[in-house]
Amino acid sequence: MIRFEKVHKRLGGRTVLDGVDFEIAPGETFFIVGTSGAGKSVSLKHMVRLLTPDSGRVWIGDDCVSEARGRLLEKIRTRFGVLFQGAALLNWMCAGDNVGLPLLERTNRPEEEIEALAREKLALVGLETAYDKMPGELSGGMRKRVGLARAIITSPEIILYDEPTSGLDPVTSRSIDQLIDNLRQGLGVTSVVVTHDMHSALAIATRIAMLDAGRIVELGTPAEFIKSPNEKVQQFLQAQYITQRGAWEKTGTL
Amino acid sequence: MNAWARLGRQVLTALRDTGRALVLLAEATSQVVFVFSRQNRSDTLHQMFVSGIKSLGVITVVAFFTGMILALQTGLEMRRYGQEVYIGSVVTLVLLREMGPFMTGLIIAASVGSAIAAQMGTMVVSEEISALEIMGINPVRFLVMPRLVALAVMMPFLTLYTNAIGILGGAIVGYTQLDVSFIAYFDNCTRYAENKDLLVGLFKAFVFGVIVVTVACHQGFATTEGAVGVGRATRRTVIISFLTILTMGYFLTRMFYK
Ligand SMILES: Nc1ncnc2c1ncn2[C@@H]1O[C@H](COP(=O)(O)OP(=O)(O)O)[C@@H](O)[C@H]1O
Ligand SMILES: [Mg+2]
Repeated sequence: MIRFEKVHKRLGGRTVLDGVDFEIAPGETFFIVGTSGAGKSVSLKHMVRLLTPDSGRVWIGDDCVSEARGRLLEKIRTRFGVLFQGAALLNWMCAGDNVGLPLLERTNRPEEEIEALAREKLALVGLETAYDKMPGELSGGMRKRVGLARAIITSPEIILYDEPTSGLDPVTSRSIDQLIDNLRQGLGVTSVVVTHDMHSALAIATRIAMLDAGRIVELGTPAEFIKSPNEKVQQFLQAQYITQRGAWEKTGTL
Repeated sequence: MNAWARLGRQVLTALRDTGRALVLLAEATSQVVFVFSRQNRSDTLHQMFVSGIKSLGVITVVAFFTGMILALQTGLEMRRYGQEVYIGSVVTLVLLREMGPFMTGLIIAASVGSAIAAQMGTMVVSEEISALEIMGINPVRFLVMPRLVALAVMMPFLTLYTNAIGILGGAIVGYTQLDVSFIAYFDNCTRYAENKDLLVGLFKAFVFGVIVVTVACHQGFATTEGAVGVGRATRRTVIISFLTILTMGYFLTRMFYK
């Protein structure tokens, strides 16, 4: 569904992606974890051509998004819903209008229908009462959830989440996890989730990739990931008090 | 040598920016057909309201005092020859032809232009422009076009207003300082000024409005490096708009008055 082929990218004079190579199958909930500045957001942006690789290619299905332009690029982008790291809501529109915006712009649906759908999506992220609030009146976590509602309102095939649970309380975080998981199980949505939150990753990921200094240093199912011998991975897990039970024997055989 | 190289690079950057700004303007113009679509209609009206109303206070004060200064300076000089009754003509001609559109343009550049640049810059930094692109919303249609239409329409009206207030200011100075009656003053206002003076002035105003929006949106969209970049985009918008309005004002005058 999404394939990175040896993607290199330099930004601001330093290498941010250094030969990133992976493939995400349809219907996966693929997590990308890593420390701040590892290049997680930059990777996501390559999937929707907000950034173009210096070398290498990015494929979405059979389309090469990193070389697409015009109509084709537009068509590829309509397959996506994106939750940006800072939510990226338009601050002169109320939460509900923000959520309905993609439909208002892309479709000819009547406005009452769009409003009803926007309310439904807001309810899905636990913000049924926030329809008329302006983004400036909402907390960071609430803005994020409005951004999430906006990302899913067009029922996209692929959803990209940039740190969906950062800044949220643990209870809300788990409900967002649940939402992401339900989208996969119910609708077969392919999700790519960027996060620091290993609890989310271990709970709902089909596979987890760890990005460090522009390279994928580990990639596997949650069960494999937690047992990774990689020092960076272990550091990352231990920093969140996640220990690898019984993993040391495995290291010996590698 | 180094200084020359730097100068050369600055000229090239200026040319490149001009080219890009013109491309942006062309694209925004091509989107004007959507001005009555359900997405853009209300925003265009809102932008008209914002750009028109927000600067009205400043414009009033500036126009009033400019008219008074014009009347006082020329009136004192003309009184030496007993011709102070003609200040109405002088004030009107100067305002209609040059000062009205010019001052309105500068005020709009400083107030509305800088605000547009700051807003566009902030939207770039907070990834809102990226979000629009992903949603299949053309930022030029969604953001630039309504502002372009709003200022292109509002600038002539604001300039009319500037002219009117300036002429009024001149009348008051004439009456209080130079013993020119209101009847004589307003009689002179219309005696020498032609429709052409008014219309060319309003056309200039229209052009200045287009310049301000184009420069502001181009600078805003080109913002990099967070909040610092937003400040830089805002400052550059004001400076570039001022210079462009000044030079374009000269060439437009040349074009219409040979
Ligand atoms: N537009 C840009 N210009 C210059 N440097 C950038 C840009 N975007 C990201 N970077 C740099 O790339 C690195 C990775 O950024 P990012 O992918 O946002 O990190 P994270 O993994 O925390 O999401 C950072 O060092 C960041 O400073
Ligand atoms: Mg990030």
